[in-house]
Formats: sequence, C-alpha cells, structure tokens
Amino acid sequence: MMDRNQLAFIEEVKELLTSLEEALLEIEHDPLNEDLIGKIFRAIHTIKGASSMFGFDSISSFTHEIETAFDFVREGKVAVTPALITLTLASRDHIAALLAVAESGGTPDDVLLRRSEEILGQLRNLVPAAVGGEGVREIPVEAGPVIYPDSAKTALYRIRFKPPENIYLRGLDPDNLIAELAAMGAEEHVVHSEEVSSGEKPEEKLCRSTYDILLSTAHPIEGIRDVFIFVEEDSELLIDILHDGAQFGRERWNPLLEAMRNSRDVPTSSLNAILRESQAARENKRTDEPSAPSGSPHQEQRVTQTIKVPSEKLDKLVNLVGELVTVQARLTQAAVNLSDPELTQIAEEVESLISELRDNAMSIRMIPIGSTFTRFQRLVRDLSVELGKEIRLVTEGEDTELDKTVIERLGDPLVHMIRNSIDHGIEPPEKREEMGKPRVGTIRLSASHSGANVGITVADDGRGFDLEKIRLKGVELGLLDPDARPAEQELLSIVFAPGFSTAKEVTSVSGRGVGMDVVRKSIEELGGKIEVSNNQGKGSVITLKLPLTLAIIEGLLVKVDTELFVLPLAAIKECVELPPLNSRRGNGGQLINVRGEIIPYIRLRDYFRMSGGGSSFEYVAITEAEGRRCGFAIDSVIGEHQIVIKSLGAMYKDVQGISGATVLGDGTVALIIDIPKLVASAELEREELVRLERAALNEVHHQDQNNIKPN
Amino acid sequence: MSETITETAQYLTFKLEDEVYATDIVQVREVLEYSRVTKVPRTPDYMRGVINLRGRVVPVLDLKLRFGMSRTEQTVNTCVIIVEVNVDGDSMVIGALADSVQEVVEIDSSVIEPPPRIGTRLNTDFIRGMGKRDEQFVIILDIDKVFSSENLDAVKATVGEPGKGAE
Repeated sequence: MMDRNQLAFIEEVKELLTSLEEALLEIEHDPLNEDLIGKIFRAIHTIKGASSMFGFDSISSFTHEIETAFDFVREGKVAVTPALITLTLASRDHIAALLAVAESGGTPDDVLLRRSEEILGQLRNLVPAAVGGEGVREIPVEAGPVIYPDSAKTALYRIRFKPPENIYLRGLDPDNLIAELAAMGAEEHVVHSEEVSSGEKPEEKLCRSTYDILLSTAHPIEGIRDVFIFVEEDSELLIDILHDGAQFGRERWNPLLEAMRNSRDVPTSSLNAILRESQAARENKRTDEPSAPSGSPHQEQRVTQTIKVPSEKLDKLVNLVGELVTVQARLTQAAVNLSDPELTQIAEEVESLISELRDNAMSIRMIPIGSTFTRFQRLVRDLSVELGKEIRLVTEGEDTELDKTVIERLGDPLVHMIRNSIDHGIEPPEKREEMGKPRVGTIRLSASHSGANVGITVADDGRGFDLEKIRLKGVELGLLDPDARPAEQELLSIVFAPGFSTAKEVTSVSGRGVGMDVVRKSIEELGGKIEVSNNQGKGSVITLKLPLTLAIIEGLLVKVDTELFVLPLAAIKECVELPPLNSRRGNGGQLINVRGEIIPYIRLRDYFRMSGGGSSFEYVAITEAEGRRCGFAIDSVIGEHQIVIKSLGAMYKDVQGISGATVLGDGTVALIIDIPKLVASAELEREELVRLERAALNEVHHQDQNNIKPN
Repeated sequence: MSETITETAQYLTFKLEDEVYATDIVQVREVLEYSRVTKVPRTPDYMRGVINLRGRVVPVLDLKLRFGMSRTEQTVNTCVIIVEVNVDGDSMVIGALADSVQEVVEIDSSVIEPPPRIGTRLNTDFIRGMGKRDEQFVIILDIDKVFSSENLDAVKATVGEPGKGAE
C-alpha cells in the first residue's frame, strides 16, 4: 500500500521529470547554458535523493549514475552533446517507467532492469570517466586543511538558514549542509532549535531549527547559495556579507557568536556594529572603515508566490460561484418585478460583484497552455528522428490561458494533429531541397485569445493536403460521387470522415485507427470548432477554436410547449421560420429549404414525445455539428443566456441527447440539448423505423403472394 | 441498513393514498412544497423530472407510480421529501413525491415486525418492516432499495421506448 508520503513522492518526481524534460529540450538549442545544466542536475539529484529515501532502489541506483554524469557536465569535464541529450531523455522515460511500476506497488521486471543496464552501458560509453564507482556518492566534504586561497577576496558571511520542516523527508540533513559550508572556509554556527520531534523513521523526523552561521570564505556568494540549492525554495535563507576582507579570522568571532547565541534574530546591522567596535578597538581608533556596506547584496528572502491547491477544491469553488450566478439572476429578476429602486440598485451591485467574482474564480482554473506544448517538443524531436525528417517546432502564445479541463482534454487531439503534420505534411529533407524549400521543416503551434474563445493553430510548411488523393479516398469511402467535382472546402471536410486516411502504409506514427474524425469529435465535445485551410505544396493550417471554459456556456434558450431547452450557441448557425406548408409527419423525415440548401430537421416536440399539437408558428434552429447541418423545430426562441452547466446525476445517466441542465433566473430548470448525440439517436431511430416499415411491407408482400398462390 | 435499527429510531411518516409510510429520519434532508418539475423527455413516468434545490438539480420520483399505484396529482398537501440515499455505494440526493407529510414519530424497534409476504401492494424488498402507530400500521420503507439501480433497471429498458407525454 502507498502511504501519503509515497504518493507525495511520486507526485513530486513526476513534476521533476517534466521539468527535466523541458530543460533537456531547451538545452539542445543552448548547450552551454549553465542555468539549464544546473536545473537538470538538480532535478536528477532530487529524484535520486527522494527515491532512495522511499526505498525505490531501482530508481535511485539508476538515477545515481545519470547524476554522476551530469556532475561532470556541471564541472565542464563533459560537453552536452545531442547524444547525451537523447540518452538522458531516454533515461527520463525509463525513470518514468520505473516510477509507474513503483506506483502500482510492483517491483521492476527483468525487461525493465535490462533496460536500465542498457541505458547505463550507453552512458558509460558516452561519459567514460564519469560512471565508474558503485554505491552512493557522498557530497564531497574535503577534510584537508582549510585554505584561504586569496585573502584579498575572502569575505565574512553571515548566513541565516531555516530549513523546511520536512528536510529529512527529502533525504537531506542540515548538518551535512553545514559540513559542506565548513569545507569552504572557516565556519562557526549557532543553532536555535525548537522542539525537535525525532521519530524512528526519517519521515517522522521534523526539523524546526534555525541555523545562524558565520563563514569566512573566498567562495563567492553564489557558491554558498549553491550549497542550499536543493532546499532553497522553501527554506528561509539569508546571506549577508559582514565584512569583505580576510582580517576577521575565527579567533575574532566570539563577540559575534555571543550576540547570535543570545538572541534568535540578531539583525545583521547590529553584528556590523559589533564588528566595527572590535575593529575600532583593535586598530586603536582608526575610524569608520567602510566595512560591510549595508547596501551590499542583501538578498531578499524569497516569498513563495504560488500555492498548491487540490483541483477538487477549485471545482467546488467554481460550482459555488455558478450557484451564486444563478441566485443573482433570480435576484435581478425579483428586483425588476418589484420595481423597488433601492432593491434594483442592490441587485445591480450584486450583479457586478458576482460577475467579477466569477471571472476571478474562472481565472484560477485557467492554466497556461505552455505546459502542454512541452510534450510536443519531445514528440516532434522523437518522431522526426524516427522518420528521418528534420523538423523544427515553433511555439507561440504559451502564456495563453485556458480552463484546466479544456487543456487536459486538448492534449490528445493536438498530438494527433502534430503527428499528422510530421508524418504526412513535412517532406524528407532531400525532397524539400529539391523543391526549393528550406531543409528543415517548420511546424508552428500557436495559441491566442480572441474574445471568449481561444484559437489554436497547427501550421506546417509541408506538402499540404493532396486534394486529388482526398477526392479518390472520398469516392472509395462512398462519400463522394466519382463524377462530382466538389469545392475545396467540401473536400477538406472529408478529412474528418471516419475511416479516412490517405497514408498508403501504416506507419507507427499515423494510420493507427484514430483519425481526424476523432480529433474533431473531441474538439466538438469541448464546444469548439475545427477548420482546415490548405495551400497545396506549401503547407496546411488547422485552426481550433475553443471556449475559454466548460462550466459556463453561451446558450440559446428555446421553448417547446411549456418546457424550456438550451441549445449551445456555438453550434447555432441561424434561426428560420418554419413555413406552415411543412407537413407535420411525426418522426418521419423532415426537410427544410434554407436558401436552396436542403437541411433535415428534428421536431423536438415529436422527438421528446411531448403532448399538444403545437403552436401554429414554429421556428427551426439550424445547427452544425460534426460537419453536418441539422435543424431543430421549436415553438419559440427566448434569447441568448449565459448558463451554468449542471449534471443531471446518475439517475439520468442513460438519457440520450441531454447533456445536463441549468437553473434559470426564475428558479426553473431547463435542459441542455446535446446536439450531436440527439442527432445520432434520432437518426438511429429513423433507420429503425424504416427497417420496421420495410419489414412490415415485406410481410404484407408475402401475405399477398401467399394469397395469390392458391389461386 | 437494517442493522442501524437500534432501540428506538425516529421516522418521518407520510401518506400515499390512504396508507401511512415511514422513512428513517436520518436520510431525510428536508421537505419541500411541490413546485414545478421539469420533465426529462423519454424517461419512465415515475421519474417525474428534476427540480432546482438551491442551485442543485435534483431528480424527483413519483413513489406512487413506483409502487404501482396511480400518478400523484398535485394538491395543496403534495410534498417533495428530499432524501439522501445510498445507491451502489454512491450517495445521491433524490426527491420523493408524497400525497402528504404527517409527522416525525419514534417507533420502538421491538414493535417493528418483518414485512408480510402477502397483503401489501408493493415489492417487499422495499419494506424494512411494519411499525404500529395509534393502532394503525406504518410501512417502514427501505428508501435505499426503493431507489437502487437494480430496481431501477427498468429505467434503462424503458428509455428509448415510446413513453407517454410529459407534464
């Protein structure tokens, strides 16, 4: 069984793996970037430490050797090469695989262990000097004589360090950190500790001590900071320069230590004063040496800018806000009905506050899309190597924010679209050169806001869609008449038909049974739209238009009999009057002519089996879903509303064609129509009806024949 | 849930036609006046629809139709009893229609008898026991079972079949 700590560990390692991947992909373009090297090393080191702490030895021993290699990189002994990056990426995936095994509570099987060896073997070849010894490498604590390399640069630092409570849990020990400091020069420290609960197990051991440290060293302040690198983010760490000279040796620290011992939080300025005093006494009134300028690198304490909140809490908050929106609509309506000016004013104020609150609550759930983009860098890199193509992925608008749920459900469709671009779009490098294009193909993935929508485009400069191929395939699938010469847009819409694939052979990349139809379906489930434009030979652009959030949608409120329904506004094309001539033939085929286009429509009154003959006037709301137009005959249109979507609950989970409900301003409930599902189920019903009719006809026919025979 | 019957327990009594029924008060959240119910199309008749319970969409079921009696007509006494039921491990909030709500009573577990095999109109699975109150029988319902999916399987079968008109 996983306990909470182990779960937290797994969560943390997953995050680390993500940032490791990001850094690796970034460093590919900037192999000398020391920040990135540091980031990679830190991630690996923390994974190692944490996994050994929780007894995931397979991970820690594997990671250990990777870490060693990157330690050499950090020291500049080994260069960052594409081969190293590839191998490290493979290692990252392998750690993820090991982690998945650990998560399910199992132990890695032989295949995984062999893979560990394989990767490490390659690593040893790549970094021969690096990976040698077995066992866990200790943080080097040089026990040799303390050297003051260049006394001119030596300075006296005062370091205040309050480690995070769970420091032991992370496999770190503050004493080791202090020892590391001591190795840098002369060191003395004072520990202020509160009650220390020292449990048997490291996860029970909490650290509540504050360390007040004096260090005289020639290392720069960054070097000191490096010691705390793994804990810096959630520790309190203050490093001040007390004096930038070598003359304050350890023998002269006593007054300082005294002051530090006596008080928990001696301000650095008073230590400065003590120093100055003793300096003055010693040097017999050599006045005010400009020691320790108070404006010296006074590092601000890092305040945590973000907090982690479980997403359920956010969902709850958004739900509550949704309810507030509903109540507010009632209040506004009541104010209008009562026409009391004071009440109206209050209602208006509440309305503006709540709309602000709603926007805020929604914005909390918004996350930048950039996090998803990272995985595409990896995808492009891996696939282009596999297919022998040279492709560059350019991303734009990573900061564009979208609802968390939308982003989560957007990943797979985007993967598919990018795969298509890599596989079908971008040509092999030689061919590109022949065609006079740059050797390296470009896929441009960009996101941007436009009103209440977010637009995401995947554009490539490949060969584009081959319209003739699409046409032939369309004929093959029976979607097109062989003689028809459809317009470009119509041809392009065939790309989204189920079963469509122009790839002649099934590669590992595309043609795996999921096609653009699945992409379109998932986008439409998100309330979005998908469009394709093509420039044959030059490239293609696929544009997704997505709503910012799923919890609140724009809806068209319509009335049928006495009931109100909501049609998602995104799908509505127009509303037209139903000519009285159109017969009312129950559930049978019904068609309406809209400016020459014949569109089938469903009479909601019939489909929902509602009583009453209906009003003399009816309207048809023309919708478009999954590339097809369909109308819905209704009695009247009430208007556009922002609606909060609520689930109908388990009781109604089998109801087709209704996606949820919403509470209107007057407190009544209106049902939200799931257009694609309703159309599909109406069609099914129609087919069934036709089949039954045919069967009945055959029956009659048979009977007729039987009747004829005896004659 | 039968093991929760201890010494005495409190029950909310209500009437369906002229018989008195009861349900454990623990599961009752509140009692509402019958108001407008939005019918979900193409669902069985006894699923009367959904109502708005302070912003929450809650299904309402017609207990009488569920028990094979006639449809509950709206009168001044018609009530929706909001109960929290446990169906297949999930807790759900459901409204149950009753002709009228009576009172909260205490019934000693010793006077609760097992459901009779014959003599009641409804499925004995739904009955937890028979209590007595002022010389009148009170049918104590096992409200979880009344709404359990096993017993509601009929819903799936009926959805899509031609049902009758809406409200």
